[in-house]
Amino acid sequence: MTKPVTGGPLLRIEDLSVRLPPGADRSHALSGVSLAVEPGEILCVVGESGSGKSMLAGTVMRLLPPGVAPEAGRVLFQGRDLLAESEAAMRRIRGAAIGMVFQEPMTALNPLRRVGDQIAEVFRIHTRLSRSAIRDRVRALLDEVRLPDPDSALRAYPHELSGGQRQRVMIAMALALEPALLIADEPTTALDVTTQGRILALIREIQRRRGMGVLFITHDFGVVAEIADRVAVMQGGRLVEAGPAREVLGRPRADYTRALIAAVPPLAPRAPRGEGGAPILSLAGVSKTYRSGGPFGRGRVTHAVRDVTLDLPRGTTLGIVGESGSGKSTLARCIVRLLDPEAGTIRLGDTDLARLSRRAMREQAHRVQMVFQDPFASLNPRRRAGDLVAQGPVLRGVPRAAALARARELFALVGLDPAAVGRFPHEFSGGQRQRIGLARALALEPEVLIADEPVSALDVSVQAQVLALLDDLRDRLGLSMLFITHDLRVAAQICDRVAVMKDGAVVETGPTAAVFADPHHPYTRALLEAVPGRAWSPTDAAAAPAA
Amino acid sequence: MTILLLALRRLAASVPTLLLILAGLFLLLQLAPGDTVDALMAQMGGGDPATADELRRFYGLDLSATAQLGRYLWRLVRFDLGVSAIYGKPVATVIAERLPVTLLLAGSALVLSFAGGTLLGIVAARRLDRWPDTLISTLGLAFYATPSFWFGLMGIVLFSIRLGWLPAGGYEEVGGGLTGLARALDIARHLVLPSLTLALVFLATYLRIMRASMLEVMSLDFVRTARAKGMGETGIVVRHALRNALLPMVTLVGLQAGTMLGGSVVVESVFALPGLGRLAYESVVQRDLNTLLGIVFVSALLVIAVNFAVDLVYGRLDPRIAAGR
Amino acid sequence: MVLVRRYLRNPAALLGAVLLVLVLAVALSAPLLFPKDPLSLAGRPLQWPFANPRLWLGTDSSGRDIAAQIFYGARVSLLIGLVATAIAIAIGIAVGAVAGFYGGLADEVLMRVTEAFQTLPNFLLLLVLVAVFGSQITTVTVAIGLVSWPAVARLTRAEFLTLRNREFVQACRVLGMGDARIILREILPNALPPVIVYASVVMAVAILLESALAFLNLSDPNIASWGNLIGAGRGVLRTQWYVSAIPGVAILLTVLGVSLVGQGLNDALNPRLRRTLPS
Repeated sequence: MTKPVTGGPLLRIEDLSVRLPPGADRSHALSGVSLAVEPGEILCVVGESGSGKSMLAGTVMRLLPPGVAPEAGRVLFQGRDLLAESEAAMRRIRGAAIGMVFQEPMTALNPLRRVGDQIAEVFRIHTRLSRSAIRDRVRALLDEVRLPDPDSALRAYPHELSGGQRQRVMIAMALALEPALLIADEPTTALDVTTQGRILALIREIQRRRGMGVLFITHDFGVVAEIADRVAVMQGGRLVEAGPAREVLGRPRADYTRALIAAVPPLAPRAPRGEGGAPILSLAGVSKTYRSGGPFGRGRVTHAVRDVTLDLPRGTTLGIVGESGSGKSTLARCIVRLLDPEAGTIRLGDTDLARLSRRAMREQAHRVQMVFQDPFASLNPRRRAGDLVAQGPVLRGVPRAAALARARELFALVGLDPAAVGRFPHEFSGGQRQRIGLARALALEPEVLIADEPVSALDVSVQAQVLALLDDLRDRLGLSMLFITHDLRVAAQICDRVAVMKDGAVVETGPTAAVFADPHHPYTRALLEAVPGRAWSPTDAAAAPAA
Repeated sequence: MTILLLALRRLAASVPTLLLILAGLFLLLQLAPGDTVDALMAQMGGGDPATADELRRFYGLDLSATAQLGRYLWRLVRFDLGVSAIYGKPVATVIAERLPVTLLLAGSALVLSFAGGTLLGIVAARRLDRWPDTLISTLGLAFYATPSFWFGLMGIVLFSIRLGWLPAGGYEEVGGGLTGLARALDIARHLVLPSLTLALVFLATYLRIMRASMLEVMSLDFVRTARAKGMGETGIVVRHALRNALLPMVTLVGLQAGTMLGGSVVVESVFALPGLGRLAYESVVQRDLNTLLGIVFVSALLVIAVNFAVDLVYGRLDPRIAAGR
Repeated sequence: MVLVRRYLRNPAALLGAVLLVLVLAVALSAPLLFPKDPLSLAGRPLQWPFANPRLWLGTDSSGRDIAAQIFYGARVSLLIGLVATAIAIAIGIAVGAVAGFYGGLADEVLMRVTEAFQTLPNFLLLLVLVAVFGSQITTVTVAIGLVSWPAVARLTRAEFLTLRNREFVQACRVLGMGDARIILREILPNALPPVIVYASVVMAVAILLESALAFLNLSDPNIASWGNLIGAGRGVLRTQWYVSAIPGVAILLTVLGVSLVGQGLNDALNPRLRRTLPS
């Protein structure tokens, strides 16, 4: 490998423009971007979806989707312009001088080959090391990324590892040949918050020890606050602002950065309201198990929800927080009877929803409604938005014309243009679709609204708007809400009370402020400690005078 | 070991399927006008009703339908398929004589179409939208749209009648008295055209699936990971994409096993091959339902056996099978 | 309308549509151009094509007009193809929808039946059906439909399995919608496009199956069918190979047209954008 030019930055991107194929929503993925990564620093490139941040990573690696090509500018790595290198020369650089870690650990590894073999491949491509030497190096790498039991991990297939473990394998692979630059494209986005914390610490630690430069792509300001030495903010393919992390996070100069930071929910919980009200929804001893394997199978039993007892006081919002697999979504689906709980009672007013037959539940369905997570999957693509909202009332016998008129009112209520009722879902943005989903749920005037991760698929600025809307509606309509989320910042923002779930059981419950200030259960404490950038206050930053 | 167990479990699960088939077919045949005895009598050139009644008793045809079904199934368990009316021999014997020809034909067609389809599919996917892709995809479509019997006939016209390179039909030179290697070569020469004819339709299917599968796999995340490691495109195809892309192909072998046996009926008729398919055709024409049923039973067993093998191969290719479900 | 425009921009799909329209025109014009029975004697047997201006595709070994048989054969192929496909699609969707939506025991039973049909070589089953019920054109058509549905059922089931867990379907259940309405009004329209595309495969196979039956003399002998004509030409293959060759080309072009239209539909319904937008 060529030695770095002494003194100069490790990676310097000069006036880079990258063209998109015709027919895309804009002409350029990147326009006139200039950045530098110094040796031994972590540069976080942050932006919302469509900002071009991932294209930036792709351009440095020269791994762009077909039809996307650099148009102008230079990408100088250790003094060489990567855009001018031959494909063969790029292959010698990839994996050796520049390592890369991707977002999705579940799909980034070949499912049919052993993990050790896939790491060893890096050595086989770039070195002439012997088989046994490679084996020793791979084992040392797995040790370095702290995989428990590296010897068996060597022989494991990807599906035998957890998401966090796979991401460690990806990091080991990227670091195998001690690259001078590591590109990490949203490496922790797909991971649970506690795993994310550990992976971020690992990247930071290895980067320090090796003095490596890191180009870290993320959408999450919390992660930025956690790991960045310097920050570059992008919007619509342009660089908005760049500078030392403390400056950008503490005293953002660009309006866009300010707006983004202001949209990050602060971890400081709101004051609880509606304390002491009578519960409108009471769960007692609710359990749900899954059996896999079928009649001939070995029948693994998973306790998705175990013995959950909870009260939702009227007019308040109860947050159910937990990581993936904690059973929070299963619990929500039991309440609306998309799933049938095996034990326990779900009391809504005088009715025990858990005991109702299918038919009887259909009669009661309007009393508890649900807002779903995925703004793209939760609306039938073949129905007009107004029809989707009118569907519920029409099923209950409201004449179609009246239901459609009501749909227009609901559109206005959730902040959509009432004239848009005739459009199809694909003509709306993600945030607007979530509003349609909300209007659909509200059309039946439910006593309880269940929101299953309603903002987790949205960009942070859109997320802030939807959260504000939910809060506003709760006050205006006196909604009682069960709010499922994995994001403690969001929970702090909107929930009066929280219940923390782990492995199907509620481990702690109480007013949000009390739980956050003085968590009793060790798991709650671990969750809170893992929230990225918890020491940083977005409110202060957004309010700080411009530098 | 787990893979074998899983495959065995699937094999066991195909027992009810087989029962369903046999019961269904048996009931279907109850609807057929005329029975074995009628066929026998016709074969013998007619006879008096008393003989017919006696024969009916002999074959158990005077019993109730359910009792007959029970007896029928019990006989099948012992692999007793009854007696063929037209050949005057046990059906099992007739089938055993014909089976090797069909296995050889279908086997060589399978190898040809699988290997050819894999290769052409890879080439087409790697040269997407350039001339090799266009050529291969067009040929694939044409093969798919061609009736196999017509392909066979045109092959005979060209290679046997015009060029005189290959025999126009038959399994081997009759009365050639060939043995050992010479006989094997003779049979091989006779099977070139039939195998190609049967293989072409399936070649078209396999190459289409392989092309789509390659395109899909090459767009997956782990291929991007391999590129980020600095791996060359050939290495990626060989070491990462191929095995993943073969998974749907292997599944297809199982799904197409029945179709391939069905296709051999026509091909064997075109080339006058003394195989199972030709036997099926003859038994339909001569209304020898006992034999026809026996052939269907044996074919179903063959398809189940092929699927068992497919399960084993799939399990070896994909480590997730042993862990999952 | 975007669909139509996307379809028409694809030259292969356009070719397929042209071929199909051509076959349709041939089928419709048959009684106008050839008012006589196509199976009746038209002239001296085994006249080569273009030798006699009145019989421009020549005659077969029984002296029947090949051109007339080709024109009438188009009617048979299209009719059998369409009706058999409709039967197969109807059974397949019903079985697949119920199995995929309800799962559990219903799925287990229906899939066993489907598996049984797939374990039987379809052409052999067709032979059995023809042997039992005879070979009138209606029987043959229904029989072809009966052996062709399992793949449709599997496809529909797979679509239903993914769609029934989609959040928009869950939303309908949360609204209190009944099963029948969810299946027919919410899921089916979304599950239909791949099934419609697959219908082209079913139709292509149906046409080929009928021609194979006819070639083996097991289809309706009283109807002019391309397969029949190929079979009739076998005896004179050595010298008058055109008798078999001409109807073969007709089958090829028809099936090619069906396949191309199917592929064109598929491409128009799923425009595989070979670009990824920045994230």
